[in-house]
Amino acid sequence: MSDTAMSAPADLAPARAPLDQDWRKVVNYGLVLGLALVFISLTGMPDGLNSRVIVEPWLSMGYLSLMWLPFAIGFAVTHEQVLEGMVQHKRGARELVAGAVVGLIGGLCLSLLVYLLDTRDLSDPLVNWNQPLLDFLTRDGSVGEGVLLWVGVSTALGLFGGLMRIVPALGSRLVRAVILTVVGAAAMEALIDDLSEGVWKLEGVVEWLYHPREGLEPAGAIALAIAAAFVVLWLGRQLKKGGAVYNLAREAQPLAVNAVSVVAVAAAAILLPIFLGRLTNDLLVNVGLFVLLALGLNIVVGLAGILDLGYVAFYAVGGYSVAILTSPTSPGISPTLPFWLAIFIVVGMATLAGLFIGAPVIRMRGDYLAIVTLGFGEIIRLTVRSDWASGLTGGAQGMLSIPGPDLNIGGWTLPLVGWTMPKLEVDLMGTNPQHILYVVMFFVAIAIYVSWRLENSRIGRAWMAVREDESVAEAMGINTVTAKLQAFVVGAILASFAGAVFAAKVGSIFESSFKILVSIVILVIVIVGGMGRIAGVVAGAFVLVGILGGPNQPGLMAEFSEYKLLIYGALLVWMMLKRPEGLIPNVRRSRELHQEEFLQDAWLRGEVDRDEAGSEATTDEGWAPA
Amino acid sequence: MTAAIRQRARPRTAVDRFLTFLRFALTALVVFGLFAFLVQQFVGPDNPLTRFLNEDANRLDWDAFRGLLVSGLSQGSMYGLIALGYSMVYGVLGFINFAHGEVFMVGAMTGLITSNKLFEAGVWDDAFPVAILIAVLVSTICATLTAVLMERIAYRPLRGAPRLIPLITSIGVSFFIQNTSALLLGPGAKRYPLLPQWLRDDRGPTWLRIGGQKILVIVVAAAAMAALWYLVERTKTGKAMRAVAEDKEIASLMGIDVDRTIVTTFAIGGAMAGIAGILWGILFGSVTEFTGFLPGIKAFSAAVVGGIGNLGGAMAGGLTLGGSESLAPQLILEPLGVTGHTQLKDAVAFLVLIYVLLVRPTGLFGERLSAEDRA
Repeated sequence: MSDTAMSAPADLAPARAPLDQDWRKVVNYGLVLGLALVFISLTGMPDGLNSRVIVEPWLSMGYLSLMWLPFAIGFAVTHEQVLEGMVQHKRGARELVAGAVVGLIGGLCLSLLVYLLDTRDLSDPLVNWNQPLLDFLTRDGSVGEGVLLWVGVSTALGLFGGLMRIVPALGSRLVRAVILTVVGAAAMEALIDDLSEGVWKLEGVVEWLYHPREGLEPAGAIALAIAAAFVVLWLGRQLKKGGAVYNLAREAQPLAVNAVSVVAVAAAAILLPIFLGRLTNDLLVNVGLFVLLALGLNIVVGLAGILDLGYVAFYAVGGYSVAILTSPTSPGISPTLPFWLAIFIVVGMATLAGLFIGAPVIRMRGDYLAIVTLGFGEIIRLTVRSDWASGLTGGAQGMLSIPGPDLNIGGWTLPLVGWTMPKLEVDLMGTNPQHILYVVMFFVAIAIYVSWRLENSRIGRAWMAVREDESVAEAMGINTVTAKLQAFVVGAILASFAGAVFAAKVGSIFESSFKILVSIVILVIVIVGGMGRIAGVVAGAFVLVGILGGPNQPGLMAEFSEYKLLIYGALLVWMMLKRPEGLIPNVRRSRELHQEEFLQDAWLRGEVDRDEAGSEATTDEGWAPA
Repeated sequence: MTAAIRQRARPRTAVDRFLTFLRFALTALVVFGLFAFLVQQFVGPDNPLTRFLNEDANRLDWDAFRGLLVSGLSQGSMYGLIALGYSMVYGVLGFINFAHGEVFMVGAMTGLITSNKLFEAGVWDDAFPVAILIAVLVSTICATLTAVLMERIAYRPLRGAPRLIPLITSIGVSFFIQNTSALLLGPGAKRYPLLPQWLRDDRGPTWLRIGGQKILVIVVAAAAMAALWYLVERTKTGKAMRAVAEDKEIASLMGIDVDRTIVTTFAIGGAMAGIAGILWGILFGSVTEFTGFLPGIKAFSAAVVGGIGNLGGAMAGGLTLGGSESLAPQLILEPLGVTGHTQLKDAVAFLVLIYVLLVRPTGLFGERLSAEDRA
């Protein structure tokens, strides 16, 4: 999307004629659009998501799941890669025609589906080939109405997508902001409802914005859209100014400003859970667990470049260790230690597990390592489940009544003075999400601090060197085996924290929570967020787990639970193809991934000659702002 | 010579010692387990050693042993067929196509749909050979198409990317196909129509009576393997494939269309997986959307066990893996006193992979890879 925003050079060639198209490309994109529309319809997504309303009688998530496609593909078909030395034409009616034709073809494909739905019965293999789908596509009208509707809507949206190429950058930013705000506000209804409850006057505003049951009121949607436009037009500039002021202040007095922001964040973190309802707290706990896991995997995959597909094994080690150590009903050893004491033993167990799994695989090639770690993950889960180990782990029955962490920090007596710290008299059984949230935040804070410090340390640089080229790293005097094992162990410890908190949160533990699926979802979070970048990984966890949901946990959009794994799979492929560095990339990593393009661009611009380009790529520490 | 120098250049570290220990420990475990099994078989289960290890150990009779062996081998021949796809793709492109197991699942699913349709039409019962031929054809074509589309959409743009990137992509593809199947065709197990009685009858001499469908599976797998061997070793296409596996650049200089050869490789691998899919349906009678996942990973293990890039090795690796995951729980784990040993069947398959990679990382029959992939 950034290419529209790119400053256009002054010498543009005049726009081409509207019908001077690359018709093959247009038809191909149209057919892809049509196939995608038919596919999404047949997965049952539109009908399943229809109950999620965005703007009360007009728009539901179900319709949106189809409608975003003509827009996106209409936008994509008009993309033109302009390399140095190529003629760049002015954008004009040609883009609109391309977008509209693509939309039209897509709409016709969907209309064909509507017609077939009406006349044929393929419900034997295809479970979603049914009346509800037909009713959805025709809006309970006749087949003709459905055909007209989709041809019209799809063409209009394709045209709109093409239009995005023509309008100035500000216009497309406006449209993006408005769409994101309205959809986001509708998605976060539960959250906002939860937050505003009992807050002075806010409740009334929220009630005005949202429809009683679900979705925004039309007036509310328009108000939000205007607010979003206002933010883009006026507040955006102000915010940029504010950012500049902050940066200036930070340059002048880095320590003081950093201290202020840390204190502000900490205060927010301590105060926030008190104002949040049960639902939001629970959601944030889930997100926090996956932030923790993703930060750990980020060290292993993102920094050290070891693709560990059995990462869930360490999560299980943490969970089961805490369950065995703290639960009074654990079948084998049952010391019933308090949570905070058990955590120290968990760290030891995770270290041992990391070394034990890490040592045999560390010398393997990267792809073998991935499969073998996956195998280890399954071996651990199968063993835990089996009758053989059930004397210790409870087997398939799992373990119950795991007490939560005790947050009563009071109760001790100051020596000499004899003053006793008052005990905080609150019911602090771990299952209260509000208290678990504090525990999660504590561990997330540790994880962020550890990742941040390690990234720029000697070990962190060693990891990155190993990731890029093991032989070269070894030649530079790095002990690659030790470096990789360290990454494994640090990752294992962070995952075991997550497992420990998970066990304490749920209060029980079963092997089914530790399937390979979990490893893969964590991998998706790390990759979508941005490998090797703390902010990216945290944001990835918030967006994916918070909105769509984790492997076993519902997110804000509980309707997606059936489809989220499909979306994760598609997202993983799409990210690897189009943006392997993630949404919030690590600058150094993204440059490594696009090294050739960088060099080519620089060379084409005549800025560097070949030899210099080579040397610059290897010694470019200087221009990495990260 | 160079190997010796390299070994001396790297000092022995704690990790090396640990690996040596692990190799010995695993070998000792296997040997001791087998020894305990032999004692239990030939001395009788009432000797002190067997009673010490496992109080309720029983002698394994020939019928049970034969049953395990045959089901292990028939499953193993399916792993072998799937492993061929992994092995060929790894040989040509140097990455693990994690989604290959899903191609197998697509084969099993489309085979199921076709055979259910044929069953409704009455062809399945009246003219079973025709029906199964149509089902094999349909599932092979669908699996091949899936594999080719997968290559075109997900892997071709990634040619030349660091090798972990296509691997991660293929994990996404695998996830996507799995959930597509669940959403389009509905989740949960679906049943194949019952095979005709004459096929299910036990056959063979009295001491070696084997279920008919198991014979069918082994025979079809062997035929597919033979056809593949002919294709790769005796035809021009096969020669092109071998050349591309050896060195893509030089192959293209020799006038070989590399892209087309890679597509052919995917297509052949897909066809083998499709055949394996319908064999799975015949053997087990039911398919779920997760059918492809575990057999897929095990088939990759089989390819590694046999030596990746080595087609005969893939088949042999499949048989080894299938046989050992079926027999090892009875032969090694039970005499050692592991309760519920059949629950650990899948774990045994992964342990075999780890053991082979520890003891002989190039696989039982040696890998055949180009110099750059051997790294």
